[in-house]
Amino acid sequence: MTAATSPSVPLQARSAPETAKAGAVKAPPRATPASPPALRFAGVAKRFKDGTVALTGVDLTVHRGEFVSIVGPSGCGKSTLLRIASGLDAVSEGAAEVSSRSVGYVFQDATLLAWRSVKDNVGLFAELEKVDKATRARRVAEAIELVGLTGFEKHLPHELSGGMRMRTSLARSLVLDPDLFLFDEPFGALDEITRERLNEELLRLFALSGFAGLFVTHSVAEAVFLSTRVVVMSGRPGRVLADIPVPFDYPRVPDLRYTPEFGALCGEVSHHLRNAG
Amino acid sequence: MSRADTAATGAPGAGTVERADKETPPMSGTATDAAVAEPGVAEPGVTTAAVTTAAPAADPGLAAPAPAPTGSRARPDGRFANIARVTFPPVVVFAVVIGLWYAVTELVLNKQQRFMLPAPDKVLSVGFFDGKNFRTMMSALQRTTEVSLMGIAIAIVLGVALAIVMSQAKWIERSFYPWVVVVQVVPILALTPMLAFFFGFALTSRVIVCVLISFSPIVFNTLMGLQSAARAEHELFTLHHAGRLTRLWKLQLPASLPAMFTGFRIAAGLSVIGAIVGETFFKQGPPGLGTNMSVFESLLEGERLWATVVVASLLGVVVFVFFGWLGRRVVGRWYQPDKG
Repeated sequence: MTAATSPSVPLQARSAPETAKAGAVKAPPRATPASPPALRFAGVAKRFKDGTVALTGVDLTVHRGEFVSIVGPSGCGKSTLLRIASGLDAVSEGAAEVSSRSVGYVFQDATLLAWRSVKDNVGLFAELEKVDKATRARRVAEAIELVGLTGFEKHLPHELSGGMRMRTSLARSLVLDPDLFLFDEPFGALDEITRERLNEELLRLFALSGFAGLFVTHSVAEAVFLSTRVVVMSGRPGRVLADIPVPFDYPRVPDLRYTPEFGALCGEVSHHLRNAG
Repeated sequence: MSRADTAATGAPGAGTVERADKETPPMSGTATDAAVAEPGVAEPGVTTAAVTTAAPAADPGLAAPAPAPTGSRARPDGRFANIARVTFPPVVVFAVVIGLWYAVTELVLNKQQRFMLPAPDKVLSVGFFDGKNFRTMMSALQRTTEVSLMGIAIAIVLGVALAIVMSQAKWIERSFYPWVVVVQVVPILALTPMLAFFFGFALTSRVIVCVLISFSPIVFNTLMGLQSAARAEHELFTLHHAGRLTRLWKLQLPASLPAMFTGFRIAAGLSVIGAIVGETFFKQGPPGLGTNMSVFESLLEGERLWATVVVASLLGVVVFVFFGWLGRRVVGRWYQPDKG
């Protein structure tokens, strides 16, 4: 059990205090200047009609091949950030540039259409984007296989477990092969075991397709386990408090979670989070 | 003797109450359904109670009255116990009602009054087992069924179409909504003279009464169904640039089906009422059940009147159950009312 942990995990571990210093700096360590960023927020602010200021002065850049998690107190505008990135909401100030062919968006609820089978739910986005039938059928089959739902194509949402519903929801976005993938606490409602397993599968998908990921979560461990960077936001109005690089190499094995380096990094994120409230 | 006296005070009234009861079940069910306008909640009780005997455990309302059988569901006789548990109480009620009926006829009414409530066996022998009477009844039943089905069909087409139009913009909804309410609350009887002016005293006017009476619940329920898709579901469609028609066809209409069918079921029951009311006013052309009822009433033919009441009630039940069954056929596979 422990054998897997120590020698085989390639930890490019900086020591914890060092990371803490680096974390305060907002320079994305993995930025690859060659390609344009999948997503760039510059001084983004969001005010709602009722006067609530959800976000203020948010600068954030996510490149392809980066997986950025956002943690922050409840109501700090994390979801609003994703809504802006997806185009569902507009910015009040600043600029949000998304240079992506297609954007995947996974909500906290699986939001499957109750009358559609797994297969038809997975095919929904491709259908709406008018992908031709043959291509669609092929991609739906591939996506279903990728998320491990083969054999459940004909099942209806109410016949699935919470985890399987979330897999269906993932597959639905995967069909479009998005280069920017937005996740709004997708595993928040699942039990711990299912959540960890889905984290690992999500990393596998990330490794396979190399999309740019923006992942909102309440779980510090989940954020650190998945991400190349963890962004800590302040309470309302939301700002970026810290942008902490996560130095562990991919592929990451489950036991990474039990290494001291992992724990130290979680501690650092939590520390920032406590100051955020 | 004194017991009979106490019964006697309530008796003549009891006859009419009884009669009203026989006619109202679809209506009272519908009125509440329509008023509550929450098919998800209103649905399971009515439908399962009417048809499903296989899974009574799913409905606490059904399981409650009888004490739970000691046998577990795994035992082969458990199934029969369950069926018995579901069917036995209403059968007892039926037997009690028949007993009361006999009591009122024999003990309360004197010979001259007995036409008001002839004994059940008289109703059967005169109303149903007399060949000529039976044939009259069946042709009237056919006519009434035709009228109510025509009415419900037209009401479904018009009602669903209006609901779709109303769902497309808030201002359209606001413009029509009060008028649909008006159509629902306007006393149909007040309109009958006008209908007679314009459409005569025959079939057309009868069908129009059916349409008017069953139109509103279809509009209300369908509209509510069309608006029932969750905001997040709409956003999925927004994210992927779905147009109005796509949204309607792939999201709103499928989402509306459970509510829509609740509306149809309510409207179907009302449509039978409409047909019978229409027939009692518009008497030209081949007679329906309503026509016959008013004839039998004026001839004091209690047996045939009561037989017609029974047939009319059965027609209402059959139409109601049919639309309930149809709804479950269409959405039962995916719609789980208890899960919201």
